[in-house]
Amino acid sequence: MIVIVDYGVGNVGSVLNMLRKVGAKARVSGAIADIEAADKLILPGVGHFGHGISKLAETGLIPVLQKQVLSLSKPILGICLGMQMMTKGSEESDVPGLGWIDATTIRFPEMPGLRVPHMGWNTISPSATGRLFDRDATEAERFYFVHSYYVRTTNPVHTAASCLYGVDFASAFEVGNMFGVQFHPEKSHLFGMGLLRKFNAL
Amino acid sequence: MTELFNRVIPCLLLQDGGLVKTTKFGRPRYVGDPINAIRIFNEKYVDELVFLDITASRTGAEPNYDLIARIAGECFMPLCYGGGIRTLEQARSIVASGVEKIAVNSMAIDRPELLSELSQELGASSVIVSIDVKRDLFGRDRVYHPGKRRLTKLEPVQHAKASVEAGAGEVFLNNVDRDGQCSGFDTALISRLSAAVNVPVIACGGASSLDDMRAAVDAGASAAAAGSIFVFYGPHRAVLINYPDYPSIRKLFQR
Repeated sequence: MIVIVDYGVGNVGSVLNMLRKVGAKARVSGAIADIEAADKLILPGVGHFGHGISKLAETGLIPVLQKQVLSLSKPILGICLGMQMMTKGSEESDVPGLGWIDATTIRFPEMPGLRVPHMGWNTISPSATGRLFDRDATEAERFYFVHSYYVRTTNPVHTAASCLYGVDFASAFEVGNMFGVQFHPEKSHLFGMGLLRKFNAL
Repeated sequence: MTELFNRVIPCLLLQDGGLVKTTKFGRPRYVGDPINAIRIFNEKYVDELVFLDITASRTGAEPNYDLIARIAGECFMPLCYGGGIRTLEQARSIVASGVEKIAVNSMAIDRPELLSELSQELGASSVIVSIDVKRDLFGRDRVYHPGKRRLTKLEPVQHAKASVEAGAGEVFLNNVDRDGQCSGFDTALISRLSAAVNVPVIACGGASSLDDMRAAVDAGASAAAAGSIFVFYGPHRAVLINYPDYPSIRKLFQR
């Protein structure tokens, strides 16, 4: 059972819909018992970094998640803001992040012709080891992005897929059992289904 | 790379729970069930869908949350909803049902602070200012107020700039005079408006073909939206939900 962590932020409905579409057993919950019983977790999120972290803190779930992810090594997938919250912090807010990943979240630079947010479909380049991507795909995998901030990994080995938009940034990371994707697999039809299918099969 | 793949977006109108297509914002014609249409668009791997509820925007009725949730439940692509949104609470429940973008039109005219409130909580990228443009008697482009169903004195480029400053992360630019006309986009306005804002612009109103969409993108739009060409087919405008295949879209926007 995959549990999508419900903390009042993010597109939990569409993540659930797509997981079901790919045949995964999944539910949305903010209950400690459910999170403890889950095989895998998904941390969704859209919007402001500070808002996301404070909402998550309000639920009291942070220590619970920490135990499941850091001590019990349960696979977790952070999506969009969920990914960013797993880093040490963001330029969007003074509130520190969860700090599970040695990475920071920074804003796209001001560049001529670079419209921010990075909103729309973009292709990604998977690393040699990222387990959620299809390196043999005949058609480059493309995903739907909506974000103004991006993750910069301290160790490039943690970058599971990179994406070029003005700068080359980590569109996905993978550190042991912790996965993060900046794009929205739940809104990336064919390609998102492929990714969630792989996460489900881990 | 600083340019994204340009999106091709069907813009679908809801009226009393059904899907309709208008002409110059009037004469709605029933074209089918929205859920059915989404299923077809899913199979065609559509870039994005925009739903605008013209009942809610014209009557000031509450958004139809059940329908929106059903729509979101079937959409495996990005989804924008507009129509009747007046408060942060409404937007919050719509986002909770699985919609990632909220389009605000009348309220962006009446109370632009709403854009800031939405942006603060949902993030600017989830907030779209939807702007309907119509020519006035003197041939000047003016913002049309869909709630009051009349022209305002607002100049569209200024209104777009102010809305982006207030918090909108994207502009949906629609054209009343060209709606359902299949006569091409107003590329001059698209060009002026896109140059004035540093957020993506979706151009809508008037597309008759993919070539028109290319023209809108060449004028500066990040995405091109259309209604008629994705719901009608042939000279007699028979209802047929359709969407080009991905290689055709890529080829269209190749430079």
